Amino acid sequence: MNNETPWWSSESFWKKTAIWVTAFMFVVLIILTLDSIPKISVGSERVPSYSVINKRIGYEFNDARNMQVPVIGAEAPLFGKVVSEEEAEALVTFGKKITQGRNCMSCHTLLGNGSYFAPDLTKAWLDPGWGSEADREELMIAFLMDPQANARSFGSGRTMPNLHLSKEESKAVIAFLKWMSSIDTNGFPYNFTVIEQETK
Amino acid sequence: MSISNLNGGQKLAIKYFTVAVVLFVAQILFGLLSGIQYLVPDFLLGILDFSVTRMVHVNALVVWLLYGFVGSTYWLLEEESETEIVGLGLGNLAFWVLTAAVTVVVLVYLLVQTGPGDDFTRWFINEGREYIEAPRWADIGIVVCLSVFLYNVAATFSKGRWTGISGVLVLDLVALAGLYMAGMFYTTNISVDQYWWWWVIHLWVEATWEVLVGCIMAWGLMKTLKVDRKIVTTWLYIEVALMFGSGILGLGHHYFWIGTPEYWLTIGGFFSALEPIPLVAMVVHAVYDSGARHMKSNNNPALAWLIAHAFGNFFGAGVWGFMHTLPQINLYTHGTQWSASHGHLAFFGAYATIVIAMFYIAAQYTRGQSTLGAGLPDGGWKWKWSLALLNLGVVGMTVALLISGYEQSFIERAVGGSTWYGYFAAQVHPWFVQGMEWRMIFGLVTAAGIVLLVWDLLTIGKGRAVEKSGEAQTTL
Repeated sequence: MNNETPWWSSESFWKKTAIWVTAFMFVVLIILTLDSIPKISVGSERVPSYSVINKRIGYEFNDARNMQVPVIGAEAPLFGKVVSEEEAEALVTFGKKITQGRNCMSCHTLLGNGSYFAPDLTKAWLDPGWGSEADREELMIAFLMDPQANARSFGSGRTMPNLHLSKEESKAVIAFLKWMSSIDTNGFPYNFTVIEQETK
Repeated sequence: MSISNLNGGQKLAIKYFTVAVVLFVAQILFGLLSGIQYLVPDFLLGILDFSVTRMVHVNALVVWLLYGFVGSTYWLLEEESETEIVGLGLGNLAFWVLTAAVTVVVLVYLLVQTGPGDDFTRWFINEGREYIEAPRWADIGIVVCLSVFLYNVAATFSKGRWTGISGVLVLDLVALAGLYMAGMFYTTNISVDQYWWWWVIHLWVEATWEVLVGCIMAWGLMKTLKVDRKIVTTWLYIEVALMFGSGILGLGHHYFWIGTPEYWLTIGGFFSALEPIPLVAMVVHAVYDSGARHMKSNNNPALAWLIAHAFGNFFGAGVWGFMHTLPQINLYTHGTQWSASHGHLAFFGAYATIVIAMFYIAAQYTRGQSTLGAGLPDGGWKWKWSLALLNLGVVGMTVALLISGYEQSFIERAVGGSTWYGYFAAQVHPWFVQGMEWRMIFGLVTAAGIVLLVWDLLTIGKGRAVEKSGEAQTTL
């Protein structure tokens, strides 16, 4: 009987393989990261600039890509006030920091990531539950400021705790949600019904 | 408990294991609270909201596993390096600093909970990013304490001897510590935020942690079954090649829907579909070695948990991950109870099990036992029942959550289009609610299992004569 270990089951062969495979995959990941980051930077095709909150945002089926994609439409300034790029960035930044400080992600999902106790917020801005485009902003502010009194639980009995947001804070969160709804998420969520908008 | 027969690293390991068990219990308690809140939505509303109970549940998990890994490494350090640990005092200091920091973070989570939308909140209260909610000051503390740990491990091996296991272990720990820093910055751009956030979460859980438990498994099999070093080392290299070969680009399955380009659908789908392969290798390896040794081990509870690890890792991380990793399926399952189902079985199967195995190895040596298992005065009913209850409880929760997840992916996602109305239509559906009820029942089974586990760890082998540890072998 031949006691010699064949090369393909030897320790040294697998050691080298482990090193080379790991190094190669890591290099590929770095290259893909260098390609991806510019494509998801603010102001890119996939992640619009913050001033997109001045525009109407849609989510329509695109035949070529065979999925729903965000569509940036006509002027539709948030809270009726056109803001500059800097103002928009400050507002969205404030909004995002509030969502982190209140730990929204520990109940909701954002871009599908987070916890599953409450609805996904990726397209919350476009949700048909807000009734009409005319009422949306006021309803969202009222909900965020007092989610107990203005509960939207659809018979589940599950309510959002009052996180004591001021009107200004609520507006910032809404700006963040509006901006987030403009991100191209490769058709996630699928089959989403958009709130009725005037452009339809 | 007598720890006089332990070496320095092992004494330090006992400290880490003790905190790990405490946090494990906390994890289960807060998991039960979260589970109740699904069934009784007003439960503790405004006092300990779901966002708090769930955060503590998940963070306790991550931290107790890290304590378990650090403890396991310190446990094997002196034996594997054949020398004394270089910085025991420093290691002890880091332990107390880290534990104090963890205590403060948990107290702030429970008592302060949230903060305004400013930098102070992220630095001192809560970062609001799932799994790594710990505020920035604690991040820095964790990195410093992990650096002390890394120094201790690398310097001890350098002073003593390097082996295949220790080489892989140290390189893996460097990557693990380095990756944590990818999550330590703020950006408003949520796509870029989540891009790097996944570097921490995925490249920890699905790459570096897997390799780390591969090292513990290799060492554990040598220890309990007396498997040849050459065999476990070769298997370890195979696992590293397959794990990093699939897992690094498997990261792509988190880049389907966060704004990243469409090519990630292909890359993520392909490589994450390969991710179960190394886990098959681990099953083959563990089962073959156990069989080849006729299940003769010197520590039956540890061997049983190592085998539970091999299967749990394969089913929980491998099969349950694969089931919803392809983008064509993930479009409907992403962010539903599918993820929770996978998460429960994967974290338990891949990580909790092997740390529990190390707890039993530590219990054996702490109490100076030549064997642990056969000949226990009570027939070992406590470890057997806790093994059964914990596994049954987690598998039961996994199946219950999966059924709720299936219902959600159809009713909320495919039909309801993920609107708020669609979400709640799925949440109130009897199929979903029944899944949540069964999850609660199996959660209680799990809790019963951990009560027995803690009792057993505190008592197993106690009061028996102290012998030369780990010498004899008995059949499982």
